[in-house]
Amino acid sequence: MIRFEPRGPSSVSRMLGVSIAAALAALLLAAIPMAFAGLSVFEGYSLMVKGAFGSLFAFTEMLTRATPLILTGLAAAVAFRAKLWNIGAEGQLYAGALAAVAVGTGVISAPPYILIPLVVLAGALAGGLVMLGPTLLKTRLGVDEVVTTLLLNFIILLFVQMMLEGPMKDPMGMGWPQSEPILDAAALPKLMDRMRIHWGLVIALVSSLGVYFLLKRTIWGFEIRAVGENAAAARHAGIPVTATFIRVGLLSGALAGLAGVGEVAGLKGYLTADLSPGFGYSGIVVAMLAGLSPAGVVLAALFIASIFVGADSMSRATGVSNYLADLIVAMALLCVLVSGLFLRFKIRFVGSQTNKEAAE
Amino acid sequence: MTDILDILISANFWAAALRIATPLIFGVIGALVCERAGVLNLGIEGIFTAGAMAGWMAVWLGAGLWGGVLVAAMAGAFFGLIHAILTVPLGLSQHVSGIGVTLFATSLSYFIYRTALPDVSSPPRIEAFKPLDIPGLSDLPFLGPALFQQTPLTFLALLLVAITAYVLYRTPLGLAIQAVGDNPAAVESQGLSVYAIRIGTVVAGSAIMALGGAFLTMSAFDAFFFGMVNGRGWICIALTVFASWRPGKALIGALLFGAFDAFQVRLQTEVGSFIPGQLFLMMPYLLSIAALIVVARRADYPRALLVPYFRGQR
Amino acid sequence: MAGLAQDAGVVLRLDGITKRFGALTANGDVSLDLKRGEILALLGENGAGKTTLMNILFGHYVADEGRVMVSPDGTGLSELEPGSPHAALQAGIGMVHQHFTLAENLSALDNILLGTERLAALSSSRAPARRKLEELMARSGLTVSLDARISQLSVGEKQRVEILKALYRDARVLVLDEPTAVLTPQESDTLFATLKKLSDDGLGIIFISHKLAEVLASSHRVAVLRGGRKVADLPTAECDRRKLAELMVGHAIVETMRSPGTPGAPLFVLEKASAGQGRDALREVDLTLKSGEILGIAGVSGNGQTTLARVISGLEPLSSGSMTLEGKGVGQTSARTMIDSGLARIPEDRHHDGIVGAMSVSENLAIEAIRKPENQRLGLLRFSAMRERARNLIKAYDIRCQSEDSPARLLSGGNIQKIVLARTLETVPKVVLAAQPSRGLDVGATSDVHKRLLAARDRGAGVILISEDLDELMRLSDRIAVIHRGHLSEAEASETLDRGSLGLRMAGHSTEDAA
Repeated sequence: MIRFEPRGPSSVSRMLGVSIAAALAALLLAAIPMAFAGLSVFEGYSLMVKGAFGSLFAFTEMLTRATPLILTGLAAAVAFRAKLWNIGAEGQLYAGALAAVAVGTGVISAPPYILIPLVVLAGALAGGLVMLGPTLLKTRLGVDEVVTTLLLNFIILLFVQMMLEGPMKDPMGMGWPQSEPILDAAALPKLMDRMRIHWGLVIALVSSLGVYFLLKRTIWGFEIRAVGENAAAARHAGIPVTATFIRVGLLSGALAGLAGVGEVAGLKGYLTADLSPGFGYSGIVVAMLAGLSPAGVVLAALFIASIFVGADSMSRATGVSNYLADLIVAMALLCVLVSGLFLRFKIRFVGSQTNKEAAE
Repeated sequence: MTDILDILISANFWAAALRIATPLIFGVIGALVCERAGVLNLGIEGIFTAGAMAGWMAVWLGAGLWGGVLVAAMAGAFFGLIHAILTVPLGLSQHVSGIGVTLFATSLSYFIYRTALPDVSSPPRIEAFKPLDIPGLSDLPFLGPALFQQTPLTFLALLLVAITAYVLYRTPLGLAIQAVGDNPAAVESQGLSVYAIRIGTVVAGSAIMALGGAFLTMSAFDAFFFGMVNGRGWICIALTVFASWRPGKALIGALLFGAFDAFQVRLQTEVGSFIPGQLFLMMPYLLSIAALIVVARRADYPRALLVPYFRGQR
Repeated sequence: MAGLAQDAGVVLRLDGITKRFGALTANGDVSLDLKRGEILALLGENGAGKTTLMNILFGHYVADEGRVMVSPDGTGLSELEPGSPHAALQAGIGMVHQHFTLAENLSALDNILLGTERLAALSSSRAPARRKLEELMARSGLTVSLDARISQLSVGEKQRVEILKALYRDARVLVLDEPTAVLTPQESDTLFATLKKLSDDGLGIIFISHKLAEVLASSHRVAVLRGGRKVADLPTAECDRRKLAELMVGHAIVETMRSPGTPGAPLFVLEKASAGQGRDALREVDLTLKSGEILGIAGVSGNGQTTLARVISGLEPLSSGSMTLEGKGVGQTSARTMIDSGLARIPEDRHHDGIVGAMSVSENLAIEAIRKPENQRLGLLRFSAMRERARNLIKAYDIRCQSEDSPARLLSGGNIQKIVLARTLETVPKVVLAAQPSRGLDVGATSDVHKRLLAARDRGAGVILISEDLDELMRLSDRIAVIHRGHLSEAEASETLDRGSLGLRMAGHSTEDAA
């Protein structure tokens, strides 16, 4: 018989331990599909490690992949902290990218120190506004935000396709549905020569610090935590619950929008409808793996990014499908969910016959 | 105006509506059953994918069509069991677990498909279900082509609605399912196991959902594509709320939805040159959100939905 | 075998039951016999282990030591499988929990039938069940409308359904946990008359209570639990009030005595105030609270008290009428405005509405004033100031916790209530709303709460005390009004009232009837 006994407050080291255990468990479980695909487990993992850390290029590629994941991870973490279930980071990312392209492809011409902030702001604003809709529907009408944010992902992606085949289509694009390229003056500068790593990473790290500071030290953060842990008590104690949800919705959407800005203005240079391979959804895994802590999000994003980059490289070398990466990420989410039990409870396995225990 | 009327009175149109509604009927019934027992199953999108892939692959490997249906249901039951174990005895977040199951089921399906067929560019087709020709009924004017030229899976879906309604309202098991979604303590105090009923219901509901996926590959498209489920699962979650968790209303909701979708496809061919196609493709999602808004104020959620139950704790 | 003679007529035996939760021993070596046709009162204050003991009996918990013996057919005793409500039901044990275990979305009949039929059965056989129940109802006098949905039944009717659930299964032992907590005095009398009749027919009955009067009036035998141990087991005829009270608490009781208040000018006024919908709505309520008095609101739960408390707390707007504090309109908007106007609110459900369990004690002490300059500067929290104030309050209100940084959820109910009292009363409020302030607390914590409320009154605050406990109301209130179906009666000086007339009014009889 299994027994759960509640625990006291969780220490940082125990939270870290739980996340690492979950990540390892997911990697271990991944041995099964690897074997199924006819790949030796040792070879698979060594190829993945090499793919993510084996060279300076591999390492910067991993950081480049981690950039949007940090931002979508933060978007999910800050929303989930308030128990606002924003599953729409994917759509908000595209909205941010679309806004960046709208501002950064020639409508305004200005020097970089004006245009880049404008592009970044436009993307954040677009993402925030997209999340404002479901938030208002939740607070005003009581419509469940899980379903509305999920459905909005599809709507926004279709809207992006419509724009790319219509008004925002690049006339020089040989008929491909893609936007005009971002102006040089609007593009996020590269961090290193001949590498793809760009200033989006700095934006992501600064955002993570900002969210940490917000949650830990400010009134708004206090209110977010109170609303998330017990909305009824927060309301009773005079905390503006509706306003808090709206703030969180705007912030969460804005962070996801920034991820889109980074991808389009830092990495690709133009917008296509396959900009994101599911960064919004992976962000949920990042946030959960991080225990919803902003600092943890950075670490978790690095882990998930190395899985993706490593698996891509492994896939190129062996022909094993890189859907393996998605599989590991999904299993990591389920594992961290289960291992979270060890944070909240002491779990004892009690024999049904000998259930005498020493008095504590 | 006459064009619209023409559409609405054509038997073809209603046949298409029923065809579009079929996977949704499976999905809504599956979701409804889980939620009646108090468990939100956001694994539905992934379970659709798994059902589509597993059913298709079973047939492709030679299991026969009904063998494929069985395999799809078993795949759904497997992922349902994962969700049930995480959310019922372990009491973990139903939202996060559901998303996790969706990611897991989707990526596993894609991985298996890619591993089995590494190099194909165009997806192989299977010999799918054919419309049932029911002597007499299929030849009726209007009703015949509208209702009775469907594949067996459509009839299975309609049958499932009736069976679900009967079980829910007329049998001891149905009473227990309704009670466990309202007040689990009522069930336990009468000597029944809350965990067994919830887990069993979620597994069964997930198997039903998977049939919706199976319909896509084994009755509608004859092949498996990436991204073919395309939000149908989420639409079913919205329709469940719209249907107030009642099987009869779920059928009506799915049919209305199918009719609307069939209508916009036909409208698109009429006015498609003026309006971008994506606007039409958005309609199902927008319609789902609209349906949620319409019922939001009076939605009567099962009282114990999302609330984990731990024994001895009331 | 020795002891055979003692076993005669015993239908249930608890033998050396011990149950620990971590460091806490909820039950220590408790043994108890119940005979056929006997009404046994299980007396003890909150936290004495009564409910835990009955949950072990019914299989919700498994005892660490000891066993439960039953006599399913009225002859020999055999051990009951631990941890299985199903086995308990099979052995003829029926239990009526304090919080009803009914599915609100099903009919009374379906709730009674639930679990009595094979789950694999192809249809539910309601007709024979209905016949058996109609006969049972006629015999016991427990009538309910079988086809009504539970959500449409009154509290008393729900309790009858719960008892019928047990009788339908031919229970030999019936356990009731605090059965009168939600009833008017008159309804309680009817219940005990029914129980008497059932025991005459041979049913063994255990009822859990902390109310001395009903224990003395309605039981054959009393077992007293204190700190998880059985401290007495004796025939009711050999007991009196004082003796039971001392056994229950462990020392002579000093009841909080109220000195008459010195009411001042009208302070807080509700005029023709209506709010909410359905059963618990508030209908055209007039209420005038003066400074320096405690105004008690009596009533059976679900008659509008919750809405009244929500309105005064600023959580629900009035649909019509007005609410004024010192002549100025207040609180049509939010909890914030009520707090800022000088209202202290002690919520009915302190775990749900009173504290954020995952946040620390110091954060919970600061939460209502988090935007005040003492807690923040330019939007940044002043943690050291918050902690220091918390340490002072912990001392002043004797809050037992490891430190001001421990999560509030780890505290006991009494200490959680002290957090709420500390943060609300510390602001020197003009009006105090106390909704069910001592519910679920032990005698020590209750008397603490009462002292705080009287102290607030004595320094000039007006106190509104909503309670279902008539003893508490009579002891603390200067005036008492009765709420029934959302209507509030004229408040009268508590000296002029007695339990009987209050009870009649709680049941909806007018003042003239009661007189």
